[in-house]
Amino acid sequence: MTIKNNRLTAQQYKEKFADIHPPFETSGAALLEANRCLFCFDAPCTKACPTSIDVPKFIKQISTGNMKGSALTILSSNIMGGSCARVCPVEKLCEGSCVLHNRQEPPIHIARLQRYSTDMALKSQWNLFKRKNSRGKKVAAVGAGPAGLSCAHWLARQGIDVTIYEKENEAGGLMTYGIAAYKVTPEFCREETDFITSIGGIEIKYNEELGRDLSLADLKKNYDAVFLGIGVGLTRQLEIPGENLEGVVDAIRFIYEIRKDGFSKTAVGDKVAVIGMGMTAIDAATQAKRLGAREVTMIYRRTEKEKPCTDEELEIAKLDGCNIIWLASPKEIHGENGKVRSLLCSKMELGEPDDSGRKFPFDTGETFVLEVDMVIKATGQVPYTDMLQSNRIKLSSGKIRIDANCTTNVGAVFAGGDCVNGGKEVVDAVEAGKEGAKSILKYLGITD
Amino acid sequence: MADISSNFLGIKSPNPFWLASGPPTDKKYNVLRAFEAGWGGVVWKTLGSQVKNVSSRYSAVDFNGHRVMGFNNIELISDRPLEINLREIREVVREFPDRAVIVSLMADNNKESWHDLIKQTEDTGAHGIELNFGCPHGMSERGMGSSVGQNPDIAKMIVEWVMETATIPVITKLTPNVHSVVPTAKASVEGGTNALSLINTIQSITGIDLDNFVPNPNVGGKSTYGGYCGPAVKPIALKMVASLSLNSYTNKVPISGIGGISTWRDAVEFMLLGSTTIQVCTAVMTHGFRIVEDMIEGLNNWMDEKEFQTTNDFIGKSVPYLTKWGYLDMNYHVVADINQEKCISCGLCYITCEDTSHQAINVEFGNPYNKYTIKEDDCVGCNLCMLVCPVNDCITMLEKRKGSEYLNWLEYQKRGLPLNDH
Ligand SMILES: Cc1cc2nc3c(=O)[nH]c(=O)nc-3n(C[C@H](O)[C@H](O)[C@H](O)COP(=O)(O)OP(=O)(O)OC[C@H]3O[C@@H](n4cnc5c(N)ncnc54)[C@H](O)[C@@H]3O)c2cc1C
Ligand SMILES: Cc1cc2nc3c(=O)[nH]c(=O)nc-3n(C[C@H](O)[C@H](O)[C@H](O)COP(=O)(O)O)c2cc1C
Ligand code: SF4
Repeated sequence: MTIKNNRLTAQQYKEKFADIHPPFETSGAALLEANRCLFCFDAPCTKACPTSIDVPKFIKQISTGNMKGSALTILSSNIMGGSCARVCPVEKLCEGSCVLHNRQEPPIHIARLQRYSTDMALKSQWNLFKRKNSRGKKVAAVGAGPAGLSCAHWLARQGIDVTIYEKENEAGGLMTYGIAAYKVTPEFCREETDFITSIGGIEIKYNEELGRDLSLADLKKNYDAVFLGIGVGLTRQLEIPGENLEGVVDAIRFIYEIRKDGFSKTAVGDKVAVIGMGMTAIDAATQAKRLGAREVTMIYRRTEKEKPCTDEELEIAKLDGCNIIWLASPKEIHGENGKVRSLLCSKMELGEPDDSGRKFPFDTGETFVLEVDMVIKATGQVPYTDMLQSNRIKLSSGKIRIDANCTTNVGAVFAGGDCVNGGKEVVDAVEAGKEGAKSILKYLGITD
Repeated sequence: MADISSNFLGIKSPNPFWLASGPPTDKKYNVLRAFEAGWGGVVWKTLGSQVKNVSSRYSAVDFNGHRVMGFNNIELISDRPLEINLREIREVVREFPDRAVIVSLMADNNKESWHDLIKQTEDTGAHGIELNFGCPHGMSERGMGSSVGQNPDIAKMIVEWVMETATIPVITKLTPNVHSVVPTAKASVEGGTNALSLINTIQSITGIDLDNFVPNPNVGGKSTYGGYCGPAVKPIALKMVASLSLNSYTNKVPISGIGGISTWRDAVEFMLLGSTTIQVCTAVMTHGFRIVEDMIEGLNNWMDEKEFQTTNDFIGKSVPYLTKWGYLDMNYHVVADINQEKCISCGLCYITCEDTSHQAINVEFGNPYNKYTIKEDDCVGCNLCMLVCPVNDCITMLEKRKGSEYLNWLEYQKRGLPLNDH
């Protein structure tokens, strides 16, 4: 049992990480699908979209051949409509609420149509948005993730000059560094960022970290307003013995490596345990398997009913051949020569519902041992508490507190995205960026 | 099994389904394939003086992803030499003696040409003649086709020339490019025609290429009005057939119904309005001859279900159900009803009634699904919501009469009953 990289051939990597939701192959296929849409009034799909994309309208526009119109309909509600078409859990959003379910038919493939439209916009580099003349107002956004980019684009459209400070050397946030490689490619993230910034009035300064290279006070001094879209950090500690052994890794870091260093350079064990059952856990497990791990076992302390990931996500893991153990919690990691050898788990049982409304698991006292050489932790991310608190930003349970106007306790400082909601989806972050931008405009007294 | 055979002026065919004069009946090869597939008869592609066609020739209207809702052509009459057509007609009549073979004719505008063409046609052994007074493009510029059909006097004169010499049944095919088909139909019957057929194609422009601005079909950068047919024209054709059936002069001769027929249902509708046989062109041009299989089986099954022994049992049966608007019953009233169990919450009924009808549907907003209910008192019973509803039998119209007696508009006015009831 070893942890090693380069387990597969280039061709194998390519196949295993191929696009999981491939686009329509022909415009005919897209048209056929577009024509299935009923053009609902007060459409449930639009209501289910956090960014309220007018779905029936953009689909109608595809069917009439008004492709620019359709792309504008999407992107004016959601500037990352291209990303969302690839990564949104649509089964619980737009497609999940399609009225065709009520007619016992498959829903309209909204995401695929959205991808068809936005891909064309990006490929053709359509200038869909015209920036208003500069108003001489400057806003700093921290973090070039979905929240920051969305906020910046909305402001830039209105003639605000935006500077984004990003600690990494690429934009996109978790779109670039977090989301599974079979959903979105780094090339696409770059293309999308270029498309967003092509409107003008947005400058991204890379390798600039708030708390290290700059302070909130500096930003407040130099800008009329500040938007925080810094997301959440690494995975929470398990707080169990053996956590520091070689072979215990953080899911976010593991995925980050795949995205940053490439498939062949990312090491993976023979027998891998993944702790957790959220989207991150699923992504870690499936990608460990796709990198060539022989056996991947996911461990979750509650049952399938309480799982935080969607059925579709779980299905991906199952189809990839990942084992799943419900009602189990890691108790201790055993090692040999400083390296992981096995994982001791407690068997759990469910009690009364807790604060989250889900039944609380408790330890039955019974245990079992899994022989593993790698443990991936995916039990929720921890916020950048220290940095935020040292900048006197008020938090509640680690999340930045904002009021109805997206404002933090510090004047002229706004926030949105994962750092406020604790970690949801890209689409929520895009909406939060938009809302933040609207609040900033209001704050700056811009009403037209 | 019902008897679906037909007898049209003594011309017999095993079923009432004929192919209309057009490309599917332009040569022996096609006609033999059609008969092998089961078609009861053909009207051979129109014969006349030698012509030459252009390229391209057809265009179409698609609707919401469905191809060829309507079809358009700028072809002329048969562009094959007359002798070849006549020889092939003779051969086909011999090879399939049980099928109807009618020959469409369009001679130059003089008596001798007509007499000569009729003589040559009769020599083939064909069972009937159809006079093409309907082609609305090309030929009409030369004073033939629809130019004849649009002028009752000329039509009558030509029918009279024809009837002087014809010994086999003569059908006059009418053009729909008139305000009413009745005058020319009447004139043709006066001239002695044995039967009528309709409709030929409707003048049209199906669309324009938005990149080069040329209407279609594009012939070297220019276009011309074409003739429209296919599913889109069926309602227009049905109305025209009905108007002949309702006219006491024209309803003395049998009708062969044409225009947008693609299925046995379409065919039955034409027959219910008085057609003895029906003719099909576009549907076979878009699907091939094999569609006749289902037409035959469908008609058979429907007749069995309705216990009709022969087609005569139902030909014209729907004609008495047509009346003038003024005789409709004003006491009859229906209101929409939404079956909540079937409703999928698409809201189409609501938005159409709200925006364009009578604001008679109530919406209760929900997340994500809204609930829609009918405001019975506001519903005028227009059917719109039922028509747009994408679920079968979800919206139905319930009868709620305003009064028990029959009350037509004339009587209504006489009694001075209220005009604004909402
Ligand atoms: C493994 C994984 C899989 C996921 N899969 C999906 C999925 O399939 N679909 C989906 O919709 N969502 C998914 N998500 C969630 C989604 O990625 C996030 O909700 C979304 O990216 C949040 O956007 P954000 O802009 O708020 O934060 P982030 O994307 O985290 O962006 C924050 C940005 O701020 C930068 N930053 C942080 N601190 C500083 C600082 N101090 N100074 C300067 N810059 C800083 C970061 O480098 C980053 O670029 C997934 C998340 C993870 C972790
Ligand atoms: C390409 C084409 C050529 C036609 N040529 C003739 C013709 O030569 N003579 C004629 O009487 N009708 C002709 N028609 C009209 C058809 O016979 C028929 O009346 C009309 O198409 C309506 O029927 P449909 O809807 O089934 O096609 C032609 C139609 C088409 C599409
Ligand atoms: S029948 Fe007409 S008026 Fe009545 S509810 Fe339906 S659309 Fe409205």
